[in-house]
Parts: sequence; C-alpha cells; structure tokens
Amino acid sequence: MNNALANNTEIKGRSLWQDAWARLLRNKAALTAMVLLLIISVLVIAAPWLSPFEFDAIDWELISTPPSLENGHIFGTDSVGRDLFVRTLYGGRMSLMVGIIATLVSLLIGITWGATAGYVGGRVDGLMMRIVDILYAMPFMFFVILLMVFFGRNIYLIFIAIGAINWLDMARIVRGQTLTLKGKEYVEAAMACGVSTPRIILRHIVPNLLGIVVVYVTLTIPQVILVESFLSFLGLGVQEPATSWGALVNEGAQDMESAPWALLFPAGFLATTLFCFNFIGDGLRDALDPKDR
Amino acid sequence: MLRYSLKRLLGAVPTLLILMTLAFFMMRAAPGGPFDTEKTLPPEIQANLDKKYHLDESLVQQYGRYLWDLAHGDFGPSFQYKDYSVNELIATGFPVSLRLGLSAIAIALIIGVGLGTLAALRQNSATDYSVMTLAMTGISIPNFVLAPILILVFAVYLGWLPAGGWNGGAFKNTILPIIGLALPQIAYISRLMRGSMIEVLRSNPIRTARAKGLPERVVILRHALKPALLPVVSFLGPATAAVITGSVVIEQIFGIPGLGRYFVQGALNRDYTLVMGVVVFYGALIILFNFIVDLVYALLDPKVRYG
Repeated sequence: MNNALANNTEIKGRSLWQDAWARLLRNKAALTAMVLLLIISVLVIAAPWLSPFEFDAIDWELISTPPSLENGHIFGTDSVGRDLFVRTLYGGRMSLMVGIIATLVSLLIGITWGATAGYVGGRVDGLMMRIVDILYAMPFMFFVILLMVFFGRNIYLIFIAIGAINWLDMARIVRGQTLTLKGKEYVEAAMACGVSTPRIILRHIVPNLLGIVVVYVTLTIPQVILVESFLSFLGLGVQEPATSWGALVNEGAQDMESAPWALLFPAGFLATTLFCFNFIGDGLRDALDPKDR
Repeated sequence: MLRYSLKRLLGAVPTLLILMTLAFFMMRAAPGGPFDTEKTLPPEIQANLDKKYHLDESLVQQYGRYLWDLAHGDFGPSFQYKDYSVNELIATGFPVSLRLGLSAIAIALIIGVGLGTLAALRQNSATDYSVMTLAMTGISIPNFVLAPILILVFAVYLGWLPAGGWNGGAFKNTILPIIGLALPQIAYISRLMRGSMIEVLRSNPIRTARAKGLPERVVILRHALKPALLPVVSFLGPATAAVITGSVVIEQIFGIPGLGRYFVQGALNRDYTLVMGVVVFYGALIILFNFIVDLVYALLDPKVRYG
C-alpha cells in the first residue's frame, strides 16, 4: 500500500460524475434500459429510411392485415390500410419529442423559480412557495384538457401546457437543494475566500443541483409522454394524420378483437419506453446518491 | 385540533378561488362560442340565446354571477345536453364514479400495503424482486394500455367477464374497471410501503420490541405498521387525484356512464359549462380530500403538532 502510494506521486481523482457513471454501468437493469432506449431512439429517428411506406399512405387493398414479411408490413396494417411499423415509429417521434421538449420547458421554469426562491429566501421565498402550494392542489390534468377544449388541439399548446404543469415538482426540489447547499461548509469557505456570488453559484451550487435535476428529468420525461398519450388517447391530443403512441393505442383498442396487433405493437413500444426511463431514473438516483453506496 | 382544522380549511379557499377564476377566464378567452354552428342563427335567436345564458352581460357581471351561482352549488345548464343542468349530470354520473373510485383505492391500499410489507420483510429475496418488478410494471404501463389488454384477455379470449357496459352496476361489470383503476396505485403504494417499512424495521423502537422477545407478528402489526403507513397516508391525496384522472379513461374504455365519461363527451363536444363544472367539482373534491388526508396524518403522526 505504502509502495503504491510512494510510486504514484499523484493519485488521479475521480469526479462525482465519473463515479456515478461507473456505478450506473454496474446496474444491470439501468444498463439494459439504456441500450433498449438507444435502440428505440435510433429506430424512431431513422424511421423515414427504414420503411418503404409513407406514414400516411393508404393502401385500400390491405386493410387490417396481420403482420407479414411477404407484403413488407412487418407490424401489419391499420383499419385504413396504413403501414403500422412506420406509424409506430412516427408516433414514437412525436411522443419522445413531446417528452423532451415539455420536460425542458418545465426544467427552465422550475429551476429559475426554485433557485430564485431558495437563494433569495425570506419573504420572496415564502410567497413564491405559497404560489407553488396553491397550484399544487389543482387537478392539472383537467386543466390541460380544458386548454385543449377551449383553444383547439395544437401541438405547441401541448408542449407548453404539459411543461407548465410539471415545473412545480422541479421548483420544490431545486429550492430545497439550494437551501441545503447555501449552508454547506464549502460554500461558506468559498465565501470566506472572497469568491464572487455568481462564481459560487456556478462552481458550487449548480454542479450539485445537477445530479438531482438529471434524476428528475429522466423521471419527468416518462410522465410527460404519459400525459401526451393520455390526451391523444382521448382524442384531444395529436391530430390525424400525425400520430403518437397514445393515438395509436386508441385506434388499436377500437378494433382489437379483430386486429390485436394494431394495439399490441404501439402499446409495447410505449410501455417499453416508459419502463426504460423509469429504470434509468432509478438507477441514476442510486448512482448519484452518495449516502447510499 | 379545531384550530388546526380551521387553518387548513381556510388555506384551501384561495386554491379553490383560483381554480374557479382560471376556469372562468379560460372559457371566456376561448375562441368560438358554444353555439357556433355551421349555419348562422338569425340575430333575434342569437340575442335570445345570449340572454338566456347571460352572455350579453359585461365580463365582470358574468364573473360575479358565476361565483355567486357556484357558491350556491349551481353549475348552470349544460350547453350540449339541452334539457339537463350540469348539476343533474353530476348527480347521475358521480355515484357511479365514486363507487369505482372508492373500491379501487380500498383495493389498492389493502394489496399495496400487503405486498410492500411482504417485500420489506423479505428484502433482497426472490419475493422482494418479483413484487418490485410487478410494481415497476404497474407504474410503466399506463391504464389506457392496461385496460384494453385486460378486456382482450378476460373478455374476448377467455370470456369470463363482460367487455364493457354498466348493466345497472352489476358486480361482474365492475371487476375489470376497478382492476384497471387500482393496479397503478397498487404499484405506487407497494413501492412506498416497502421503502418506509424497511426504514422502520431498522429503527430503535423495533429493535427494543424484538429485544423484549415479542413475536415477530406482534412486532410488525402492533409496532411497525403504524409508523410505516405514514408515507402511504400522505400519498392518498395524489392517489385520489390519479384515480379521478384515471376514471376518465377507464369509463371511456369500458363505456361506463360515470362523470368521467360525461367529461370526455363534453370535452369533445365543446360543452363549456359541463367541462368547467366537472373541473370545479373534481377540483373541490381533491382539495377536500387533501384536507382530510392532512387531518388523518396529523392524528397518526405524534410529531405533527396542530399549530
């Protein structure tokens, strides 16, 4: 041991992130989830080049045909003869896009709100958090539906509406974390050394917020995907011929007795994606939590 | 206790007020009125309609009238079901939804707490892993995917249960909808319960109880269960909200004449008063339920002082 120390004059440090990454890779469930999610993402992005069919091309000769390799419709066709494979992938594009963009919206609002409340403190903090409390008790799903009813089914509205719901949790978490970090010894030490406030925030607060934010983002994306699918399932989300997994599940459920594949393929993709995000989120939480090694 | 309750109840008032105000102004800001049809109505009829629904008054007057009516529990007429008031629709739909919702929550509590405790007692065993995998499945599979699959398996392929319909509330017709509503909550509750039970089992009072030589059954039931239940109790608020939201989809899939189904029909038909009435009604219900949950929590947790 002493020898090793003597030979290595400088011990290479490992950052929090390298540590967390190593721990995440050791988590089999999270690793599998990451690989699966990567595959789904690649499929979804490459959709236009993967299938010879257009996502809105109707073939009246092949209506509700089961999956078959011979005619090239490997997931079968839907009730108006569109290829389900390419539709499932296009639906995935929509679902994942909504998931990521709406999460970014909520992230932006949540971090700004929470960090301001936490760092400024005092009365401002009390007021800002009271607003969050009040909004928290609202039945938000119903509000999104109200928005859809009153202002029409617009995809940008979905992004904003969902993002505007989800920032509340983010704001609470970020505020709590900021409050704890403010009182930490290393922040005090930095203050004592005369480091400027912006530099303290950038160097000490933000990197330490990042962990919890990353965990939270991976857990928010599936929630958002779920909300969007929920709306589309009810017929209040994405409109034809564009599609999302929720809309496909809805169409599939309507004639599942005669054509169960139209339900099972999109449902499988949706559930797998949600699974993956949840497992990665759990894995990240374990990996980034230094208490729980 | 009384002071605490009053304080909590007063805290709910601004939430409710904001809810109603938001709903009202959203409705007014929306493009297109509820009577916009393909053919334009003669101006006299339009004027009469506006008068009947007080659309000719100023915004402030309308807002005041709306709050006044709501304070009296009057949600106004439905724009779509012309002969019914929103109150009547709520009165017919809500008992059905309530029965489904309460059964789902009760089942979710019993099974969720049972599974969670079991998993905690056999931590890192095969039982634990299978319960947690089941829970993850329940969380990841949305109810609108689960419900059609339940119908496909139990109604279409096996033919054990009806695929939908209410049939006057026959027991057989309620089984699948209740399962569809309860499963996600079972998943969340068993995860929560497992976590808190593991924590409680490591605590000092439990070690003392075991050191006294109490049988394991007594240690769990008499000493560990109550503190471990606390996080589950506070989860009941969000769980109710989730079950109410879920009922919208479940009632739609199973064709059950509950409030959620009216809500979706109203949403698709742009029936403003009905949609808004349901939102305010459910909002008030969720707020009320959160209040009750807070009280129960305060009763159970000796650390909470009613201040």
